Amino acid sequence: MADITIEPAAPSILAQLTRTRIIALLMALVWLPLSAYVISGVTPGGSADYMLLPSIPAVILLYLIAFRAWRESWVAVLGLSLVCFWLLVAVSVPFLPLFDPNKPIAPFQIPFATKGENFYLLGTDYKGRDILSRTLWGCQRVIVWGVTATLVAYMVGMLFGLLAGYLSGWWDEIISFLGNVLLSFPVMVLFIVILNYLGPSGFNIIVAVTFASAPAIMRIVRGLALDIKTRDYVFAAQTRGESPLWIMFVELLPNVRGPIIVDACLRLGYTTVAITTLTFLGLGLQPPDPDWGLMIRESAKTAMLFKFSYMLIVPALSVSSLILGFNLMADGLREMSLRD
Amino acid sequence: MTEQIPVLECRNLCISYFTRAGEIPAVVDFNMRLMPGEAQGIVGESGCGKSTVALAIMNYMGKNGKVVSGEILFEGRDMQKMSEEELRQLRGSRIAMVYQEPMASLNPAMLVGDQLAEVPIYHEGVSKEEAWNRARDMLAKVKLPEPERILNSYPHQISGGQQQRVVIAMALLSGPKLLLLDEPTTALDVTVEASIVDLIREIADESGTSMIYISHNLGLILETCDRITVMYSGEAVELGDVDAVFDMMRHPYTRGLFGSIPLPGADKNARPLVSIPGQLPLPHERPRGCNFGPRCDFFKAGVCDAAAIRMRQVRGSGPGHWSRCERIDDIDWDKPIAEGVSREITAPGDVVLKVDNMTKHYEIEESALFFSGEKKTVKANENIDFDAREAETVAIVGESGCGKSTFAKVLMGLETATSGNVQLGNFELGHLPVQKRSADTISKLQMVFQNPFDTLNPSHTVGSQIARVIRKFGVESDPVKVQERVLDLLDTVKLPRDFAKRRPRQLSGGQKQRVGIARAFAGNPSVVIADEPVSALDVSVQAAVTELLMDIQAEHGTTMLFISHDLSVVRYLADRIVVMYLGQIMEQGTTDEIFSPPYHPYTEALLSAVPIADTHVKKRRIVLEGELPSATNPPEGCPFSTRCRYMIPGTCDVTPPPLKQMSAGHRILCHLTDDELNAMEPVIVIEGAPSEKKEVRRKRKSVAQGAGSKAKTQPAAKRAAKPKAASPVKTTAKDKPSRSK
Repeated sequence: MADITIEPAAPSILAQLTRTRIIALLMALVWLPLSAYVISGVTPGGSADYMLLPSIPAVILLYLIAFRAWRESWVAVLGLSLVCFWLLVAVSVPFLPLFDPNKPIAPFQIPFATKGENFYLLGTDYKGRDILSRTLWGCQRVIVWGVTATLVAYMVGMLFGLLAGYLSGWWDEIISFLGNVLLSFPVMVLFIVILNYLGPSGFNIIVAVTFASAPAIMRIVRGLALDIKTRDYVFAAQTRGESPLWIMFVELLPNVRGPIIVDACLRLGYTTVAITTLTFLGLGLQPPDPDWGLMIRESAKTAMLFKFSYMLIVPALSVSSLILGFNLMADGLREMSLRD
Repeated sequence: MTEQIPVLECRNLCISYFTRAGEIPAVVDFNMRLMPGEAQGIVGESGCGKSTVALAIMNYMGKNGKVVSGEILFEGRDMQKMSEEELRQLRGSRIAMVYQEPMASLNPAMLVGDQLAEVPIYHEGVSKEEAWNRARDMLAKVKLPEPERILNSYPHQISGGQQQRVVIAMALLSGPKLLLLDEPTTALDVTVEASIVDLIREIADESGTSMIYISHNLGLILETCDRITVMYSGEAVELGDVDAVFDMMRHPYTRGLFGSIPLPGADKNARPLVSIPGQLPLPHERPRGCNFGPRCDFFKAGVCDAAAIRMRQVRGSGPGHWSRCERIDDIDWDKPIAEGVSREITAPGDVVLKVDNMTKHYEIEESALFFSGEKKTVKANENIDFDAREAETVAIVGESGCGKSTFAKVLMGLETATSGNVQLGNFELGHLPVQKRSADTISKLQMVFQNPFDTLNPSHTVGSQIARVIRKFGVESDPVKVQERVLDLLDTVKLPRDFAKRRPRQLSGGQKQRVGIARAFAGNPSVVIADEPVSALDVSVQAAVTELLMDIQAEHGTTMLFISHDLSVVRYLADRIVVMYLGQIMEQGTTDEIFSPPYHPYTEALLSAVPIADTHVKKRRIVLEGELPSATNPPEGCPFSTRCRYMIPGTCDVTPPPLKQMSAGHRILCHLTDDELNAMEPVIVIEGAPSEKKEVRRKRKSVAQGAGSKAKTQPAAKRAAKPKAASPVKTTAKDKPSRSK
């Protein structure tokens, strides 16, 4: 097999992780176009839509791989299915036959209503925009900002956790102290303070989420690092004169991944809640582009009437199902990791 | 003689675990008859099903374990038919169990006294006061000093040896008929182990409790048991009286097991160990017919793999000696076991490593809130002074806390010496942390670690971990050549080449340890420190790894520092031995000098403590009293004075002992005069005549009023008591003058 021989160019450890490499590649294939698409804010319908095309098979492939690996745990598979459903929607929504999510057509159409030649499966909102279309489009922003923010929080949290755990001493004292200070703020207060100060935008959400989540991640990684650094292989690395950075990233980091992956799934759920809440409060993403938090906020007044409650229920159920998906995945993964 | 009912009888017992992969038979066709007062040993390697038997007897196998067929009769009653309630009454009162990890058997949140008192309160409904009184008596019986203090402490406040005594006391409180001991001393130090074994034996003598002693250590079984069952891959392969089995092995596995342990007389050059080839089959991949077949020298197709093998009675041996070997009558058992390939003796060359008066002290601060507390000095290493020559094996022997790990850390540069010198060649490195050493210096000094499950990073492939060392030390830098060198190294440690692509979790313990050795030798070191490299491995694997290490060492002319607590391994492979106690070298000399008198009193005790699986070996029993003192507060004068049986009050506990030069390389740190030292008798004597050997053990037999063969062992009981009375100056831990100024 040609792909497992060590290539001269990259004789690193990664060169041999074929399965891991394929998964990473697929994830990048989903992630990069999707975030580029959302963050650059291109108008739908242009040629930019086609950059999402390769992501569709990538999502399906990822789903199949994960399904095969996790099939023992129906909880994990259920969570995976929910998450992958929304992921698939996010990358394929430009190609679906939907109304323009921002175009007012006919206000206050209840679900299953037909007006003229248009059929509104989930009705329209108070401005007359199609709710089905807005819900499906809305998942893009929630997923992209939620996952990106979590990722950044993890990078920062893991870095500081490794530093505190492996180097100990003053590093640990200072990092842990700062972490404790941040943890002592109620999360929402921290969010509101940061976003009020920096102004509401997607990037500032990342900053806020990082400040709120990184200390907890740091603590987990620090604890794991404290345990792992007493292992003989770390001792072996030290005795052959490896630098602390090398030990942290090559010897320690790959071995903290198990508990971290479980925690990451849970935290994705929290972050999604946080982002939706912030948008609901008007501190997050700004109108008019569709977003679940925004939809709930906009429909909050009109949805007081039972007849129009669907405007609120549809995005609320969507966000719940995504969070449920993340949580079930975390649950299933933990269950599997405990089993063997 | 009346027919006695066996305390425990297992008849054709089959136990399986039910997992997702299906039914996994853990124990197949197991038979055992345990008479009152008898001690049976079950010996075998990990995964052979010995602990499963114990759990089945306790009827405590968890959700997925089940007795598939056969019976377990406790005093004639089938335990399978008992109700949950009856079983609960039985456990802890009639049947008691002692586990391997004492700390895990005690509740860390409860006082020792409360935990002990629970037993009589629950089983006999006595009052709390009465229960505490009984607990106190029992603690005195297991020879714990100051029972009152121990009753009122929490488990973490007492030492490991004391914890295990508490666990044994707990097991004995209800006066059980049957005591199950599952590796009760494996987690303990050798001298502590010896005292616990002594205790177990005495208890069995006094109370007439039957015992099942599970161990992987043949020597311990020999010292404690009357009968032995050797298990392999879920089956009992040989069982019989300890003497019969040890002197007349009638199963190839038993022979292989004995061939792979270093008994006195084995020699690394002339008579190397013979390991059993191959590996233990997985429970669901057992071969047809004899489980040992694929590893057996006497395997004969069509006979050994035809059908399941039955137990057969061994002819010409005592009654009750059975073996599960189809070819028992075909094999010439008297022919000595195939000899290992002898090595040429490499003469030691120049001094490579010179340690000169090296001292390592740690300063620790008592952590107190707000104020920095009193500073304390831990004297981890005190005036370490020895050298090692090229191609020589120097063993550093000592129990936990003797400072051998600290010493290794100083050598490796993870710590720096407080004073003194460590020279590698002409290069001083005692004060040079590893970051400041050159790649060349680092590669000259490498280490093999103890725990095979920790030695490799589970996230990286075997090949990449070895390759990293090669690149780091600049042996090769061209990727193709690095890869070649990795494969070469795998050849050297006798692993298949495709292991380079494997992850550590796909390897067995022995294989991991081989990779660890390959990694240590990747940079062509001149000195290799091996920190108990085989102590965590199974017996048959130990021999293979030890031999491999010796082979590579001989081939490369490497100097090896072999850190160990196991004197039998050390005797086998070391050229010179350094005995350490509490950070100081008590004695050093060639292997012969250490193993024959004059001894340092600590060496003497250490030698006596190591169990030897040979009926021809006679040992003087010296049991150390008391516990290892803490390194933060070592005794004044001689560090060993608190436990030494030759302790001279007013001298040993006040003045540090002088270093005596007994011969050219033989040095002893002791107050005793040369005459006193020279007058010591050898601890281990190998006897030719097998007639006398029975006396060495079987001391407990005299009390047990069992079947006929036990009558002749009367004199042994007297012998057991003798060595203790013979000690010239008898001081116990209590007598020592208090040192609190």
